[in-house]
Amino acid sequence: MPKHDVLVIGAGLAGQRAALAAAEQGVSVGILSKVHPVRSHSNAAQGGINAALNPGDSWESHAFDTVKGSDYLGDQDAISIMCEEAPEEILHLEHLGVTFHRNEEGRLGTRAFGGASAARTYYVADITGQAIMHVLYEQLMKHSEQVARYEEWFCTALALDEEGECRGVVTRNVADGSMELFEAKAVILACGGNGQVWKPTTNALICTGDGIAMAYRVGAKLMDMEMIQYHPTTLAGKGFLITEGARGEGAHLLNAKGERFMERYAPNKMELASRDVVSRAEQTEIDEGRGFPDGTVALDITVVPKKRVHEALREIVLVGRDFAGVDITREPIHIKPGNHYTMGGVKTDVDGRTDVPGLYAAGETACVSVHGGNRLGANSLLDTLIFGRRSGVDAAARAKRGEGSRPSREALEAEQAQIDAIAAREKGSGRRVSEIKLELGTTMDAKVAVFRDEAGIAEALETVRRLKQEAESAYVDDKGRIFNQDLLAAIELGYMLDNAECTCVAALERKESRGAQYRTDFPERNDEEWLKHIDLQLADDGPEISYSEVTITQWEPEERRY
Amino acid sequence: MAEYTLKVRRYQPESGQAAYWEEFKVDLDPSLSVLDGLLQAKDRDDGSLAVRCSCRAAICGSCGMKVNGSSTLGCKTQIGEAHEQANRRQKEDVPPPMGADEEYKPGSAAPGRGSNGGSISDSPAVAGAEEAAPIVIEPMGNMPVIKDLITDMESTHWTKIRRVTPWLLPHGEAPEREYVVEPESMIDITQSMACIQCGACVSSCLSMEADPDFIGPAALAKAYRFVGDPRDAETKERLHDLAHDPHGIYDCTHCFSCIDACPKGVAPMDQIMRLRRAAAEEGVDDDPNNGANHVTAFVRMIEKKGTNDEALLVQESHALGLKGKLKPSKGAIEGLLKSLPTVLRAIKTGKARSPSKVIPGVHPKLPGGSQDEVRAIYRHAEEHREEFNLYIKGEDEDFVEPEPDETDMEETA
Repeated sequence: MPKHDVLVIGAGLAGQRAALAAAEQGVSVGILSKVHPVRSHSNAAQGGINAALNPGDSWESHAFDTVKGSDYLGDQDAISIMCEEAPEEILHLEHLGVTFHRNEEGRLGTRAFGGASAARTYYVADITGQAIMHVLYEQLMKHSEQVARYEEWFCTALALDEEGECRGVVTRNVADGSMELFEAKAVILACGGNGQVWKPTTNALICTGDGIAMAYRVGAKLMDMEMIQYHPTTLAGKGFLITEGARGEGAHLLNAKGERFMERYAPNKMELASRDVVSRAEQTEIDEGRGFPDGTVALDITVVPKKRVHEALREIVLVGRDFAGVDITREPIHIKPGNHYTMGGVKTDVDGRTDVPGLYAAGETACVSVHGGNRLGANSLLDTLIFGRRSGVDAAARAKRGEGSRPSREALEAEQAQIDAIAAREKGSGRRVSEIKLELGTTMDAKVAVFRDEAGIAEALETVRRLKQEAESAYVDDKGRIFNQDLLAAIELGYMLDNAECTCVAALERKESRGAQYRTDFPERNDEEWLKHIDLQLADDGPEISYSEVTITQWEPEERRY
Repeated sequence: MAEYTLKVRRYQPESGQAAYWEEFKVDLDPSLSVLDGLLQAKDRDDGSLAVRCSCRAAICGSCGMKVNGSSTLGCKTQIGEAHEQANRRQKEDVPPPMGADEEYKPGSAAPGRGSNGGSISDSPAVAGAEEAAPIVIEPMGNMPVIKDLITDMESTHWTKIRRVTPWLLPHGEAPEREYVVEPESMIDITQSMACIQCGACVSSCLSMEADPDFIGPAALAKAYRFVGDPRDAETKERLHDLAHDPHGIYDCTHCFSCIDACPKGVAPMDQIMRLRRAAAEEGVDDDPNNGANHVTAFVRMIEKKGTNDEALLVQESHALGLKGKLKPSKGAIEGLLKSLPTVLRAIKTGKARSPSKVIPGVHPKLPGGSQDEVRAIYRHAEEHREEFNLYIKGEDEDFVEPEPDETDMEETA
């Protein structure tokens, strides 16, 4: 049985940063990922990473922008920590070898981003997430003696001891189908978000909410699950992301009449208002008939100088060319709001600790909560790194404190039995996994998206609960052990359905409009009743609702204008 | 919506059967990708069809595969275009990438691009139906196949990546703030940072087919990311290492396959050439592969003669001199003797078409003033060095090449 002091599940930015930070504390670390680490979805973060590092900027300004962006649902103590530690983290990455853009003096250069009062986004062309993640993976290779890598291992469940402390995970080696119980003194979930619950989404196929669901199933609280970000610029149909960096570089949003419609919604910040505001503006234009016939509006990048586009937005030149057949340097590209980011997740404190002792969460899996109702662009990479590191440090300290008891092997046996049962389902016993997944995605995109109302959410919840039933008899074609992706898809479907159920329940509960949750039946923000987090915990018949306070330190809620 | 036939090279390791071809009919918009087609087949027809994939947007690097014989990403290849390509190949009677009856040996490396041959005449879809040419999909080459389109990248690709010490090696304490470096230097190495480790270049590499130990295009592009990084303090050591390795930077044969295959414009071969130039600039010219000598000899020969005298190039690559046509040095004679088996094979296989071509200095002259023109081009290139880096220049058709210096051309005319 593989055994480590600290075990990290997921190897995107949060996971890799956590593993390196824990290893630095001198404990033994294992990092386990269902795909090769460099395939992780942190790759897709194009635009950059925020930090108040420029002279004249301040972490307080960054924090205030984040608080305001969150529609005052973010916890201000956590936001302060993130923004205060950001500059140091950027410098750390630079020292490790990240090829950040330089200004003419050869120092770190910045670009403008949405919802920010200063240009404080550091970047590598428009491959910032990829560039940082590949550099962290370089460090993992360098420190291979301290950090054992388990690449292409899939987690099916967390393993607790008799006191209810998290002591390991049950995993399946994707390459040969063998099951293992990994033992650890602390487990950090860094498995990314749940974008695949929606279709279309900018998220990768692997973003199936595994960490959120696994934590939920062992009794950890989830928080802010109703807060799902729709990104303003995604390709219609395919859902591919066009970075906010495009607007940061000066691109305009136009409706079918050629109007720069943001004038009507955010006269000061225009295209660089926060994402929930821009997405709602676009959706309103489309719904009121001022969009294009394909249900889109246009992003006009031709106003940005060509050399600058090639230097700083090259990835989206390729996306436009390869996936939309459009030369973005010559003509506007059609875009619409699309599912992008999970603001909510496993409830943690500022050191990544969840309600389950020994269990940590970081990155998109977690909800600290620094994003509240709406995440600012270029704050997600920062979140992964700051709270990944803090989780790694705290988990290492916990591991050093003591031995503790060992996980029960029953968890392994139960999981093996579950997998055998899935494989044993006969063809024709139920629907295909792919059919259920498709119905889930289209339902959520129709009912729990930019604009929501009670009837729609309730309908979605009903569908999700029916799909949960159907998933229990969904069959898989592949009966083998080696790279049985079919079987893993069935397990992922279960994770997605848990995520969907929680999002619907929370969205139905929050009877106001705040951040990404816009209820057409409750169109106003209502601080008196709803300036609080919705927490969910697994009970006998699904998620049980409770509330927790929003931490307010120095920024009292006020009306949000951009 | 249109219907396409995907002809997929399948291998199910637990079946006890050899690899085989299977056709899937799919039905999707031509602007969607080959990967979308595969996923539709997997979703609708056979969940056991194995393919690594994640982002669907050419960012994660999971879905490296061969489509109609070319190494690429499945998600980046539009299915409509792949279909047209398959039709063109059928019309032009280009042999398919691999015979339908050819078998993989489980666990062994899949044949690379060079092992063309065979026919698909046994395929029912082909007979007479012009529109029905199937899109041929295979796992990547130069890597063992694990299952269907999934290859073992760890034992090949990643082992080679780790070979180049793939992490920054700065000296001394880090500065209090950032390292201050030339802005262009970061943009320059961002081209190799753009690599997503998909393995398409490795799959397409002809040198690796001949020498499986070749460090290869991906790992060498990764190496340039450090060699070109002004923060790295072991530039010379890295270059010495890569030049002295018999499977290092001089193992590349300039075939351009990796540049064609790379979905991200990394242009691995360009990075390898930069490593060679950097090696020369750092004075790493004593490699036992005679790589540096070969480069110098070639350049001098073009400068002086305006053509490539292949036999003389062999001699010069072993020991630089270019003293006289038939006065090779002792080192050169030794080197030439060692090359004899290769030379004989070249004659036997017709690569060296006339025996006279193997005598140094007897290389035939080019017609007219061609050699003078080549010399003029050489001088022009020397004086107008341009680093070609997409991150600096962009793929901008409005970009105007600097006008050739006319006086320079007139002098030689």
